[in-house]
Amino acid sequence: MTDTITTKYTRADFQTDQEVRWCPGCGDYTILAAVQSFMADLGMPREQIVFVSGIGCSSRFPYYMNTYGIHSIHGRAPAIASGIAVARPDLSVWVVTGDGDALSIGGNHLIHALRRNMNLKILLFNNQIYGLTKGQYSPTSEKGKRTKSSPAGSPDVPFNPVSLALGAEASFVARTIDMDRKLTMDVLQKASEHKGTSFIEIYQNCNVFNDKAFIELTGKETRLDNRINLEHGEPITFGPEGEHAVVMAGGAAKIVPTNSVAPDEIMVHDVHAPNPSAAFALSRLSHGPYGPTPVGIFRDAVRSSYEQDVKQQLIDAQEKKGPGDLSKLIRSLGTWKVE
Amino acid sequence: MSDDTATLEATPSPDIEIEEIDKVIIRFAGDSGDGMQLAGTRFTADSAIFGNDLATLPNFPAEIRAPAGTIPGVSSFQVQIADFDILTPGDEADVLVAMNPAALKANLIDLRPGGMIIVNEEAFEERNLAKAGFETNPLEDGSLAGYRVFRVPMERLTKEAVKDTGVSGRDVLRSKNFFALGLISWVFHRPLETSIKWVESKFAKREEVAAANIASLRAGHNFGLTTEAFHHVYNIRPAALKPGEYTNVTGNTATAWGLIAASQAAKLPLFYGTYPITPASDILHELAKHKNFGVRTYQAEDEIAGAGAAVGAAFAGHLAVTGTSGPGLALKSETISLAISLELPLIVIDVQRAGPSTGLPTKVEQSDLLFSLYGRHGEAPLPVLAARTASDAFDVTVEAARIALKYMTPVILLTDNYIANGSEPWRLPDLDALPDISVPFQTEPNANGHYLPYLRDPETLARQWAIPGTPGLEHRLGGLEKREVVGNVSYDTNNHQLMTELREWKIKNIANDIPLLEVDGGEGAELLVLGWGSTFGAIRAAAIRVRKDGLAVATAHLRYLNPFPANLGDVLGQYRYVLIPEVNMGQLRKMIRADFLVPAMGFNKVKGLPFRVSEVENKIREILAS
Ligand code: SF4
Repeated sequence: MTDTITTKYTRADFQTDQEVRWCPGCGDYTILAAVQSFMADLGMPREQIVFVSGIGCSSRFPYYMNTYGIHSIHGRAPAIASGIAVARPDLSVWVVTGDGDALSIGGNHLIHALRRNMNLKILLFNNQIYGLTKGQYSPTSEKGKRTKSSPAGSPDVPFNPVSLALGAEASFVARTIDMDRKLTMDVLQKASEHKGTSFIEIYQNCNVFNDKAFIELTGKETRLDNRINLEHGEPITFGPEGEHAVVMAGGAAKIVPTNSVAPDEIMVHDVHAPNPSAAFALSRLSHGPYGPTPVGIFRDAVRSSYEQDVKQQLIDAQEKKGPGDLSKLIRSLGTWKVE
Repeated sequence: MSDDTATLEATPSPDIEIEEIDKVIIRFAGDSGDGMQLAGTRFTADSAIFGNDLATLPNFPAEIRAPAGTIPGVSSFQVQIADFDILTPGDEADVLVAMNPAALKANLIDLRPGGMIIVNEEAFEERNLAKAGFETNPLEDGSLAGYRVFRVPMERLTKEAVKDTGVSGRDVLRSKNFFALGLISWVFHRPLETSIKWVESKFAKREEVAAANIASLRAGHNFGLTTEAFHHVYNIRPAALKPGEYTNVTGNTATAWGLIAASQAAKLPLFYGTYPITPASDILHELAKHKNFGVRTYQAEDEIAGAGAAVGAAFAGHLAVTGTSGPGLALKSETISLAISLELPLIVIDVQRAGPSTGLPTKVEQSDLLFSLYGRHGEAPLPVLAARTASDAFDVTVEAARIALKYMTPVILLTDNYIANGSEPWRLPDLDALPDISVPFQTEPNANGHYLPYLRDPETLARQWAIPGTPGLEHRLGGLEKREVVGNVSYDTNNHQLMTELREWKIKNIANDIPLLEVDGGEGAELLVLGWGSTFGAIRAAAIRVRKDGLAVATAHLRYLNPFPANLGDVLGQYRYVLIPEVNMGQLRKMIRADFLVPAMGFNKVKGLPFRVSEVENKIREILAS
């Protein structure tokens, strides 16, 4: 991604002639606008970019991006995108998925994409509900949630997508919120610079089936108390006056009054730490957007990327054995001649 | 080469008689840990280099180590070698090498009366006899009176042979398969040197193992030389095959090489996305060795992802392939439908095995034919091709690639466990004569400065392939129905009718681009025996046999199962009877009856084994007599 020529674009260059068909007020619109603007700023030639999605409201995304793209099958976007990335290390491959798509039907593909660390940028739009199928609980819905498919309350314990990604060996993990354009742009920038798979959970409001799911983090009254902004190299404090701090105690991250601890006891956020334990501890501070919840980049670690390793193996094989000679290959098991 | 073999080759001792025979069928059988597949493969390779025609049938348990000494743990390898052109590994064996009582018990039924049995006699002790279900020792109770039995103390002789080689413990008796190979090589007058060379290179890093195997091999050979009972030996002259250069190849290897050849013929890098599954994994193993050809093998997290990654690679401009066996094909079904909708080239290889479910993973069946044709949701037609023999898999693979690329469609290529693991001599093709199957990528807008992804070639109905990285042709594909030509999402019902018909016509139209079905023999015949896939050898050989008695029978073998060759209806119409032998319950028969309203008869067997020639022969005779 670093060697490509940059081109001058505006957001309009990334819009398509397709009518955008999300419900009015859906958080997907703000994310689409942010991604289109980000792509324009990035300046990478449009033809080098591929968006791959699965099925769900968010998975309509590629139709609205004037790049190459595939709207594929439910849950399989990471698998299909992986094929593109391995075949073509020169491309910038983006996956757009949702909580049902990525964490339920496509859970297997997601975790394996993360551990392989291919050049994939995975945007998981988490609205904690099935929107396209009109409102069933999803694998990130809170336990006890009442929906059409769970009138007595969902019996499922939800996933914490950030914890899941970190557990699956992801090298870049971040969380942002649809409403927070600045944070989203910043996270996209870092994700695009990262070598390997970047995983971004985006809290996305589904105003039709799960409105205000993230209100604790976006509402005027509550957001300052609940948003834990992660900044690399900074002590982790939050609250209107920075009155809350995060410390490690008993093997877990804990929120304490800032003035109850010595300044050097406060956790200093290190996105580059090779060991993901601290990032994981931070991810466990909340199990959903219901109270103080960290947002920003949890982890941005250096690891070799899969498609580059594969490419290197091909180069090494050619250096060692020379370019493939089919005529020799079909004779490699020994031959005999019949006159 | 050892001095002993040198002496033998030059001047066999006067008391050794050499009888010329035209063919022999040998079955090596033992416990799955006894190395019988290796002994059989080596004997095959030696015979191939010697110039015989041959065909093999490996047969092994699904478990890696079924309980030792039991019938389920028996592994066998049958090879027929001949001085003439043969088509199958043969029906009944002439020679059975049995490394333990279970191997004898499981295989005796396939030995011809009067056949030769060579046993590893020390294994015939109480415990092993009991495990195999023998109440008395068959070597002593007279039950083998109808055979020529040779009792060989293989374990003692192997131990003696390897005592100075440095192997110890369990490795000592490991070499006894080479003892058996050495003895059989003596009896059938085979040179040892290719096997010795093979051992030396295979075990280059474990010299003591190499030394032990070679010592056992020679000991087996010398045992024959010095034991009077083995002084009547046999020779099978090189076969008068069509002139050319030959190699001995299994179907899986031929398939892998066919893919590499196709990638060269298509001028595209090869991408193989897959998940390990018996009996297809060897295609992955073979391809993974050839990265210097630019081959990317991708071992995915599951079958679905293997196919998904291949679809991604196809979109990105590679020759994309996914390989599997039945259960995996089921999992890939949804992804194949996507490829049909996206109209991307994709080769799907199904090395069929016995089903349903896990079924018999190491046994042959042709039971995925209807699934290949119809096993998808919606109207989802695609071409289906089948290889008939191990070496044919090479050509069919290249042909599958040609069709996939030219028509922008997924293609299912069927082989099966018999083809995949069986081997035969393959007359090496003239690689310069490989067809150019490349299709140019679209690089320019195709309509007023725009790229319309579903604009079709008027002749093939294929859309144009524009790959990421091409400026100005950015486009989005998807599984939602698309508006014809334009490619945008369309819910228009008339458009759906049209697109469904276009997808159907595109595949049907391929019938005009494939060879007509050839009929073999049968002047004035009333009976046509129609087959597909790995029944080829048995059907052809059976026809040859009945024709020797002056009976008229025609045969034809389908390589294209969808679409059928354009003349199939005419061919069928020329015969009073049509017989379709299949290793399934009658899947092609159902298709033929449905498409052509012909009262085709079935002949069906699902015992995990290919047809014997005699089975097909008897069926033909039965029909002709009625
Ligand atoms: S259902 Fe919800 S997620 Fe889907 S488009 Fe409507 S608001 Fe957005």
